[in-house]
Amino acid sequence: MAVKTNTSTTGAKTGRLAKAWQPFTRVSMLSWLVGAFAAVILEQLVGRPLAYMLGLGKIPVLFGFVMMLKTPLLIPSAIVYVLLIYIFPIAIIARLTTSVGNKLSAWLLRYPMAVSALIHLILLYGTLQIWGSINDYRNLVLRLTFIAILVTLSLNIINGYMGEFSCSTPGFLALGAYGASVISVSMFANDNLFGPAIFPDSWGVFVFPLALLLGGIIAAIGSLVVAIPSFRTRGDYLAIISLAFTFIVKSFIENLEVVGGPRGLSSQPDWANFTVVFIWVTLGVWIMNNFVRSTMGKALNAVRDNEVAADAMTVNTRRTKMVAFMFSAFWAGIGGGLFAHVLRYVNPATFGLQKLAEVLAMVYFGGLNSVYGSIVGAVGFNLLSEALRPLEIYKWIIIPVLLILVMIFRPTGLIAFKEFDVHAIIAPKE
Amino acid sequence: MVSFFQNLVNALQWGSFYALIALGYSMVYGILMLFNFAHGDIFMVGAYIGFFVATGLLALTVSGSIALPGWLVLLLTIIIAMALNSIVGMLVERIGYRPLRDAPRASAAITGLMIGIILETGNLALLGAQRLSFPPLIATETYNIAGVNVTNKKIMIVGVALFLMLVLHLFITKTKWGMAMRAMAYDFAIIPLMGVPINLIAALTFGLGSALAAAAGILYGVAYPILDPYMGILIGWKAFVAAILGGRGSILGAAFAGFLLGFIEIFTATIFPSTFRDLIAYSIILIILTFRPHGLFGEAYSARLRL
Repeated sequence: MAVKTNTSTTGAKTGRLAKAWQPFTRVSMLSWLVGAFAAVILEQLVGRPLAYMLGLGKIPVLFGFVMMLKTPLLIPSAIVYVLLIYIFPIAIIARLTTSVGNKLSAWLLRYPMAVSALIHLILLYGTLQIWGSINDYRNLVLRLTFIAILVTLSLNIINGYMGEFSCSTPGFLALGAYGASVISVSMFANDNLFGPAIFPDSWGVFVFPLALLLGGIIAAIGSLVVAIPSFRTRGDYLAIISLAFTFIVKSFIENLEVVGGPRGLSSQPDWANFTVVFIWVTLGVWIMNNFVRSTMGKALNAVRDNEVAADAMTVNTRRTKMVAFMFSAFWAGIGGGLFAHVLRYVNPATFGLQKLAEVLAMVYFGGLNSVYGSIVGAVGFNLLSEALRPLEIYKWIIIPVLLILVMIFRPTGLIAFKEFDVHAIIAPKE
Repeated sequence: MVSFFQNLVNALQWGSFYALIALGYSMVYGILMLFNFAHGDIFMVGAYIGFFVATGLLALTVSGSIALPGWLVLLLTIIIAMALNSIVGMLVERIGYRPLRDAPRASAAITGLMIGIILETGNLALLGAQRLSFPPLIATETYNIAGVNVTNKKIMIVGVALFLMLVLHLFITKTKWGMAMRAMAYDFAIIPLMGVPINLIAALTFGLGSALAAAAGILYGVAYPILDPYMGILIGWKAFVAAILGGRGSILGAAFAGFLLGFIEIFTATIFPSTFRDLIAYSIILIILTFRPHGLFGEAYSARLRL
């Protein structure tokens, strides 16, 4: 009897929550983005005075989490700030523009889908750009989070969609980072290693994409070291081969005095601002999403589920594996190039086992075989690790515990096996 | 030639650590078909437990309540630390692996990695960032055999490692528990029907592996008396490579490959500049695995794989 009442009260609770959420189920993505855009503009206008009034001193950087953990007394003020600046404006605007937003979304979809998708992306970009312009730290976190999305997704192609356990991502990152940095540092920076700049910095707009592509191509070629053995071996042996690849790349760069050896390579030109990172990451996510939804992606799943059967069904497994590895490595390399230009310093030690554990954690936390999962995993992991920063080393106890819990209760990750359907996202919700 | 034998002695010592740790990986793999990625950090915990046991015993000796010679302190330290560390290993199995026995194997790999991070950070939080130095329990004596310098520590390390491997081999082949372990490695599904308590055997396997890791940790502390919380990461991953190189689940293979890895690393460091060690050692491993994709002693890849 007691159990019954218990379930009924929780039922009522979720019912109330669902009721409060009810009007918002019809809100289209367009309205949410407009709401978020308004919220960040509001923060830009009244954020500082409001923060002073609430006694916060300055605008809370990451939704007040860092402040709350540093000085628990500020918790109420931080919550009020988040409610007033983010939650209420977004909710109100989303609610008010529900019908207009839906109509507009429907109207936009009468044109090619790219138009509507582009408008959504521009709104998202504007929101994040304004949000990130409040201070440098926010901007940095934002850029690193975006790069993490790219890298996580690229590993998900191998570990999630193809079902291997690849440990080679740090190696690909290192190849991409060094490939792009060598171009930019040798020609566009005054540094100790390569001497003064040869070309003016303003050429960066044209050269940076080429440098990134070069890094990506080097990583893709490097991935053949892992891809070719994968024809004959799977599972643990491939894991070792990929791990050995990571060790080899790191050790190789450490011994390459031309690029600074273990001291690393610094003074990359400041080309990877948020706009550039946003464009590359969006492009990468879009292309990778198309890749995994194409017949090629289905072939990857077939190789994962049963390689012999896939072969019998005319899937060219060797070609599939090679393409998957090279494709994944290419985007990891792009991610590495961006990473090097965001931090403007790389050394081989960055791309070691620590990085590997981080990327693996993001993939498995978010969810296998899912673009959504990679986005959620990368954003969640990065925000969590920034928000828990005030706890210092205890952060590295809390995050692993959370991940173990996720693994125990959802062994394939939070949002696994879910298709990322752009049309469903931007369509009107009526 | 003298330098060759000198390097051989060094490689035997260095390989002993790899072999002892690789055995832990290999046993767990043989039975549960997954790798315990926390094993490198269990090695670290073993070394720290050894440190505290040894310091405690030395304190007792100094205060005069009991008088023990150095070698006996070392022996007791190894035995006590092995027992305590096997409990750590069983706890890791209970928390991180048993709930995930039916999950994809990669998920268990992630929990293993995360438990490793918790062990490192927990150590850092409890003991602080300063490095501890392992107490010198036995005085170093150097013997010169035909120009090759051999210390008593090196002989002791290699001897203890080989002895423990022999004990493990006898345990697995001669006892009823060992038979249960072999049976579980052979068929995971039928064995519970035969009345074999699989949870107990799994815990036992983790315990045995962790005990060997503790022994490796103490021997490492005797040879290189600096302990820090991250000492297990690199050596653990390398021992993992050795376990795979030997052929997964193969006890003999793991021990052999552990020594082989030690040889490869030491000899590449003598022929080439020492910074090239990892580069060349792992290129060799890559080549070996390209031509023998299932390791040196392993069975060929079969449909039993669950990944």
